[in-house]
Amino acid sequence: MAKQRVLVVGNGMVGHKFIDSMLATSSIDQYEVITFSEEPRLAYDRVQLSSYFSGATADDLMLTSEGYYQDNGINYVLNERVAEINREEKYVVTDSGRKEAYDSLVLATGSYPFVPPIPGNDQEHCLVYRTIEDLEAITESAKCSKVGVVVGGGLLGLEAANALKNLGIEAHVVEFAPRLMAVQLDEGGGELLRKKIEDLGVGVHTEKATTEIVAGEQCRYRMNFADGSHLETDMILFSAGIRPQDALAKQSGLEIGERGGIVIDNQCKTNDPNIYAVGECALWDGKIFGLVAPGYSMAKVAAETITESGESQFLGADMSTKLKLLGVDVASIGDAHGKTPGCLSYTYSDDVEQVYKRLIVSEDGKKVVGAVLIGDVDAYGSLLQLMLNDMELPESPEALILPSVEGGEAAGLGVDTLPDTAVICSCFDVTKGDIAAAVAEGATDMGAIKSVTNASTGCGGCAALAKQVLDASLLSLGYEVNTDICEHFAYSRQELADIVRVKKIRTFDELLESHGKGHGCDICKPTVGSILASFWNDYVLEDNHIGLQDTNDIYLGNMQKDGTYSVVPRIAGGEITPDKLIVIGEVAKEFNLYTKITGGQRIDLFGAQLHELPLIWKQLVAAGFETGHAYGKSVRTVKSCVGSTWCRYGVDDSVGLSIDIENRYKGLRAPHKLKFAVSGCTRECAEAQCKDVGIIATDNGWNLYVCGNGGMRPRHADLFATDLDTETLIKTIDRFLMFYIRTADRLQRTSVWLENLEGGLDYLKKVILDDSLNIGDELEAEMKNNIANYQCEWKTTLESPEKLKRFSHFINSDESDSNIAFVAERGQRRPATKQEREDKVNLIELVD
Amino acid sequence: MSEKWVAVCQDQDLIPGTGLCALVEGEQVAVFKIRKDSQLFAVSNYDPIGDANVLARGMTGSIGESIVVASPLYKQHFDLQTGQCVEDSEVSIKTFSVRKNGESIEIKAS
Repeated sequence: MAKQRVLVVGNGMVGHKFIDSMLATSSIDQYEVITFSEEPRLAYDRVQLSSYFSGATADDLMLTSEGYYQDNGINYVLNERVAEINREEKYVVTDSGRKEAYDSLVLATGSYPFVPPIPGNDQEHCLVYRTIEDLEAITESAKCSKVGVVVGGGLLGLEAANALKNLGIEAHVVEFAPRLMAVQLDEGGGELLRKKIEDLGVGVHTEKATTEIVAGEQCRYRMNFADGSHLETDMILFSAGIRPQDALAKQSGLEIGERGGIVIDNQCKTNDPNIYAVGECALWDGKIFGLVAPGYSMAKVAAETITESGESQFLGADMSTKLKLLGVDVASIGDAHGKTPGCLSYTYSDDVEQVYKRLIVSEDGKKVVGAVLIGDVDAYGSLLQLMLNDMELPESPEALILPSVEGGEAAGLGVDTLPDTAVICSCFDVTKGDIAAAVAEGATDMGAIKSVTNASTGCGGCAALAKQVLDASLLSLGYEVNTDICEHFAYSRQELADIVRVKKIRTFDELLESHGKGHGCDICKPTVGSILASFWNDYVLEDNHIGLQDTNDIYLGNMQKDGTYSVVPRIAGGEITPDKLIVIGEVAKEFNLYTKITGGQRIDLFGAQLHELPLIWKQLVAAGFETGHAYGKSVRTVKSCVGSTWCRYGVDDSVGLSIDIENRYKGLRAPHKLKFAVSGCTRECAEAQCKDVGIIATDNGWNLYVCGNGGMRPRHADLFATDLDTETLIKTIDRFLMFYIRTADRLQRTSVWLENLEGGLDYLKKVILDDSLNIGDELEAEMKNNIANYQCEWKTTLESPEKLKRFSHFINSDESDSNIAFVAERGQRRPATKQEREDKVNLIELVD
Repeated sequence: MSEKWVAVCQDQDLIPGTGLCALVEGEQVAVFKIRKDSQLFAVSNYDPIGDANVLARGMTGSIGESIVVASPLYKQHFDLQTGQCVEDSEVSIKTFSVRKNGESIEIKAS
């Protein structure tokens, strides 16, 4: 039987979701799928579009790849617009004249930005905000502009204003309505949002109808308003709403709504039974849905209907939203304007903390019908669930929006009361039942839940709620959530760190005596050793501490497979003089060490035997080198690009900053190793966004990224703070590192730590940037103490004949280990394999 | 036949909680002193799983009632009393008798 041909016009987020939904059906081999896109690339994440301005590249935003489509047999045609549909004979024709027949046609043409018909709106530097190409144009325009205006104070408009601000130009928002986000917010909410945004230095001009755009005096343009006032600007972004892209459907005679939109039924079918429409181009029950989640639902419904694999229907969608605009938390649920007949509302407004919350309930006071939250959106998850699941409100509904009193529990919604069908993550349509099922199959932490169910990996708004469902599921399955680090201590690493810090415990024996049992082990000993080093920073080879260290820490080198060590001197920021380079070369030559450049911009010397370590380090220390702590769970390197001192494009001195930072934090012991990088401009040659701490120079200071990772499980770092001066930057990193050291699990890199941190990035920002726990000074003081107690462990060791005694293979003989043997390869030596050792061929003769 | 004890080092050379390697009649022996009561143990220094002479540089501790050393290479545990590998019942290492005689630490030659 010939395959059914399914044509998809448009490869945006929803078009791609449709294809993914097709691939998920069992009968996909009976279909041939072809998709057309008029953009030069396949689907990308338009929701995260603004992250393009904080460093994300077009590649980062991609939702799929050509390889994925090829592997799954999906045909795709880029840069090609479908120009005509012949419904009689069921084929389409593209701009270039290409003709493709279809059995089913899916229109996922999306929307286009509405540009108000203002005279002068078609000049240069008058732009829109929709595609990656638009963003490229905005970036170019901003380079020769000082002031920018966004026309439209809705959700996208405020994102666009943030983009302008991030590009370093003076930003203004001009809105026709009397308040910002008029669709989602009531008057009180809009007013507070305006105040907060103005405090950030963005001009807000409401009730302004632009009449014309003419040449300006100070700036490139002047916008004249109907009330006689005006505003000067160099560039203008139109973000005054979207219009469904329905031209193709219209000319093909499909039914179109009065104000646009392709009319569909509950199965996403148009009035032609072979043609479907999904996403922002579709009009269901007189409504256009401008969010991605309803679009995704439509895509699934259409795929199921076409393949006859299900009978699901699209029955509308909840348009509640929670997001951060210009750093301000904003949420809107259901009927935010209180238009439901007879409804009542509770309002909480705090001018000091700048928080506004309004809860709108049904006439009988039993159900949530809507809510507006500004400044504090913690209640969003609970309120949304109450509304979506039509649940009854508790006795005093106001408690849901009142701040929790000191010592009391914040009023919220027990996740136990939610039905299994409650949608926790609306981006990926993950229900409470899905999460519970994942937990039952062994996903027992947030990291695992994210990778199994995708929950919280979209907008992240549901992270706190998802974590609560996880914990409740673990409990109900009888899991005792055991966080003990090992059989000797009934405490988590964080608890042990608190005990050590608060009780000022300075040795392992003291801690074992007071809080543990048995002899300790290779899990708890290094953990406690690291905690003691983090808070007191004593010499790690003191008799009290030496037994706590892994062999690498005891011998201050990295043990390799044959029992020899590698040696890594610190080369801060990767900057090294020719003289020092020569010293490294001479030492390597003298001891016949294998040399290799590391990924952290320094040099690793391999094959040193125990007795050689002090001899090697004696020469290195004499030449001014220090230990590189490559053996420790500690700060490794601060990688840098060459920066503004040499580079034509450099904006700031990345090498200078990286050397300062490396010297500041060198020797700091942490739950796991820490890697840093500093880039001198946005080209990001130092790859700072895959580091625990990444710094990128901007025209106005430094952007700080945290919790990135390369290696086994790469994670793109999160933008943490922008345009910091050097002093604030250092202060912020001090706090961040100490908070990580205090609270992370053993061997937990910052990336995994953040993913498991309740409250996620927002919480971390509150603690570090807003000092919400009031521990900022304490964290800084701890770091100061740690820095004051820094010592080069190799220098200290070389000064102690007692300690040097340990650096021989035998305590009672000068012989070396007869098992160690090398062979030559590419002009250097490497460990002999077992076979080579036994055959004794080509072995290099060792001379002591 | 009289027993032969070989003095390998002074008691003060061996810091509680750590190990050292001694050469005893051509054999590499790892000697450990446990932190709690300064108890002594001696086993072969050769890690049969990692194929290297490194056990003296491993970390000591306890698993239940057993005193063990963890190989610094791949972290398998060996019972210091019996030489048995905790993770792999097929693998074990040789044990030696060790004692403190005055200020010196002695290992019985086999």
